[in-house]
Amino acid sequence: MTTATAVAAAVRAGERSARDVVDEALAAVAAGDGEYHAFLSLLPDEARAAADAVDAALAAGRDPGPLAGVPVALKDNLCTRGAVTTCGSRMLEGWRPPYDATVVEALRRAGAIALGKTNMDEFAMGSSTENSAFGPTRNPRDTSKVPGGSSGGSAAAVAAGFTPLGLGSDTGGSIRQPAALCGVVGMKPTYGRVSRYGLVAFASSLDQIGPFATTVEDAALLFDVLAGHDPLDSTSLPSQPEPTLATVHGGVEGIRVGLCRDLVDGCAPDVVARVREAADALAGAGAKVEEVSVPEFGYGLSAYYLIAPAEASSNLARYDGVRYGLRVDAEDAARMNTATRTAGFGAEVKRRIMLGTYALSAGYYDAYYAQAQRVRTLVMQAFDRAYSSYDVLLGATAPTTAFDVGAKVDDPMAMYMNDVCTIPSNLSGHPAVSVPFGVGADGLPVGVQVLAPALQEALLFRVAQVVEATAP
Amino acid sequence: MSPSDWEMVIGLEVHCELQTVTKLFCGCRNAFGDEPNVNICPTCLGLPGSLPVLNEQAVEFAMRIGAALHCEIRPSEFARKNYFYPDQAKDYQISQYDLPLNADGWLELPDGFRVGVTRAHMEEDTGKLTHIGASGRINSALHALVDYNRSGVPLVEIVSEPDIRTVAQARAYASELRGILVATGASDGRMEEGSMRVDANVSVRPAGTGPFGTRCEIKNLNSLRSLGRAIEYEAGRQIALLESGGTVTQETRHWDEAAGRTDSMRSKEEANDYRYFPEPDLVPLAPDAAWQERVRAGLGAMPADRRAVLAAALGGAPTDAETDQIHAVVDQGLDALVTAAADAGVPVPLALARAANEVAAQGQAGRALDPETYAATLGMESSGTLSATQSKAVLGALLERGGGDPAELAKEMGFEALASDTLGAVLDEVIAAHADEWARFVEGDDKLMGFFTGAVMKATSGKANGKEVAAELRSRRG
Repeated sequence: MTTATAVAAAVRAGERSARDVVDEALAAVAAGDGEYHAFLSLLPDEARAAADAVDAALAAGRDPGPLAGVPVALKDNLCTRGAVTTCGSRMLEGWRPPYDATVVEALRRAGAIALGKTNMDEFAMGSSTENSAFGPTRNPRDTSKVPGGSSGGSAAAVAAGFTPLGLGSDTGGSIRQPAALCGVVGMKPTYGRVSRYGLVAFASSLDQIGPFATTVEDAALLFDVLAGHDPLDSTSLPSQPEPTLATVHGGVEGIRVGLCRDLVDGCAPDVVARVREAADALAGAGAKVEEVSVPEFGYGLSAYYLIAPAEASSNLARYDGVRYGLRVDAEDAARMNTATRTAGFGAEVKRRIMLGTYALSAGYYDAYYAQAQRVRTLVMQAFDRAYSSYDVLLGATAPTTAFDVGAKVDDPMAMYMNDVCTIPSNLSGHPAVSVPFGVGADGLPVGVQVLAPALQEALLFRVAQVVEATAP
Repeated sequence: MSPSDWEMVIGLEVHCELQTVTKLFCGCRNAFGDEPNVNICPTCLGLPGSLPVLNEQAVEFAMRIGAALHCEIRPSEFARKNYFYPDQAKDYQISQYDLPLNADGWLELPDGFRVGVTRAHMEEDTGKLTHIGASGRINSALHALVDYNRSGVPLVEIVSEPDIRTVAQARAYASELRGILVATGASDGRMEEGSMRVDANVSVRPAGTGPFGTRCEIKNLNSLRSLGRAIEYEAGRQIALLESGGTVTQETRHWDEAAGRTDSMRSKEEANDYRYFPEPDLVPLAPDAAWQERVRAGLGAMPADRRAVLAAALGGAPTDAETDQIHAVVDQGLDALVTAAADAGVPVPLALARAANEVAAQGQAGRALDPETYAATLGMESSGTLSATQSKAVLGALLERGGGDPAELAKEMGFEALASDTLGAVLDEVIAAHADEWARFVEGDDKLMGFFTGAVMKATSGKANGKEVAAELRSRRG
């Protein structure tokens, strides 16, 4: 499949019908996804109806929107009215939300077509999509490897060419890390730029929905559709900057780039080599590149693994068997809660609920949760300091290329280390993007991460576009 | 030690539902008494992916309560109070914890005693459970039904300092607070519908000295009467325990109205660890000075001010009965009736008495009565056109019909004043029929005044004017 930009242009020009695009995408998934398991469910009827609506609008002379007829893969933690939304969990198996997430409505208004719901680590907790209750997703670049996670299904769907675009959610790197491992573009916006309404919460103060695409331009196109104030989300920013697409090819002449040692050191040598090459390429394109150290980033992982589980322990309390989802009957309500949660949650989710409950408990709150919040403030201040000298920062997205399926499932700490380079942006709420830049020693994709200050998505995409253009 | 050697130390926690149009964090209707589960949406059901958005009117009402209780209105924050319960849609309640909207106020009881108000914070209500089973008790219920209409209804929780020392003060505090809540327009203050719910923290100590004793929190107090009885019982229980050498255990206790006792619900050790933390789905709430000023300026007269106005209208110091009437009139919000009647020349004691007795008893119908209509009715009574009995009957009909023209109504009911000669003829008949009683009355047995007045009223179907009858009886006695 080609880019979203090309598909939308062809549909709008009447060269292809949206219906043909959708039928082709559904056929590709039917033919190829048995190998990858990117999708948990497809929406063939809804997708065809939506495509017909786009074609009808065009026939009637109406503008169907900038993503006319473009199929999109939705992570299965985005609520779709009447269509099963599982979060990769037994707990929500078969659950049909009575409403659409705000981003799903935004896609529809833009003419995009929701093709299906993609696999993910249960409740977005994981870095390999192996924590899905419905079986793992395989990396389309090498099916013995994981696609990363937690948005591994959407990354794989785009990498496999099933859809030009995908949506994921990024709490600690869950868009950027799978993008890096699957060789696609994945971006986490500034916290508050994209509505979280209808995104099933993992860690509310960190979660942010963002785009997957095969090109930076496509990612910018999709981001512009997603961004905007939503009165249904109190943390949605009331005023939003201009769209990013128009300036995506603006280049990096004079841009100050800080190559962040703390986001490179400790990564595999082939990853380090690619990041340094990307820095050189940016310098070659006119950017002023210097090395910078932000040692506070080193504390990010520890703070994250207290704050995110703490919020998750509260957010996931509602899965109690009373109103929706799984219920395992027992003699009274309390025992029913316990039986339901014991059966419905997987090991990693239980681990994080326990961690978070502990971190918030009387007598431990100050030492864990409150201390982690202080570290979070330190990380934000460190970003501010860095951005007083640099316009953007550059680093690796993930410490290694895609690893073997099963390699880290029994070692939570090793799995958590995958997020070490992506977590600082979640703690600060700043935007960041992963762009494919060459391959590692194993021939698998390497992702380079560009980080920008709050609300500077336009600058972020400009720099990312140059990285993309100069990639080997 | 005798009971009088002990002193109660009482603090009250009052939850009041705000009468906003919609719920605290969603657009669902905030209404009492609807069919179950009709006012619900993804947010108040706690569906995955839903988010709360704060209701501005609820903040406005909460600020009014804070202002009326002389609180400082502060920059505040919402927090999550985590606990599992089937009526709790998200299994956490969005409340305020270390940063409440209103803090450090006071409430003055009618006798001038001031009770400190620690805080008045905002939170959401839970759904409502109905246990279906043999006894209706939670423990033996076969299953439970949940109504989420109440889930997310805005509440303000008002926490007093432990300044209260007697049952009378506790009742006066709850009653005065109820009046203030109603006066602000923030709540209807109806304990019977659960829109005002009171929990009492009770401990005892040797009178006037030493540190506070261990307290118990009493729940399920659904009326002022329950509040008084429960505190009385609980203090007695604690005193008996201490005097027999025992100790009081800090715990939550349930008031059993039928049995007239408190029973242990859970001890401190069993209490939930609520794991409060800042609610990440909401931003901090810090009403600016201009908003606060608008709220303070817009506050109407509070019950104490209104009682003072009525007392002043009486001219002299009110009698105990009049004081009670003033309280009743202000509690029911009937001040305008009394004022209108007084302005129309009706004696204030009469205007007060009819409002406090006949009108107040009719609840909502009384509050809906038009002040001019009330004034016109009482004007007919005070001018002698209607007897007291007739006036009460006309008021009754007005309240029942939701208004009307009192003069027309009086005519319709046949309440035209009796001509004096007719009264004379009736009296002749009554005296003739009760010759023995009349003889005793003439000899000075004043108790028979009422007997003869009643007999005349009966004979005239209440049309006679009581004052005229009394005057005629006296003049005939000579």
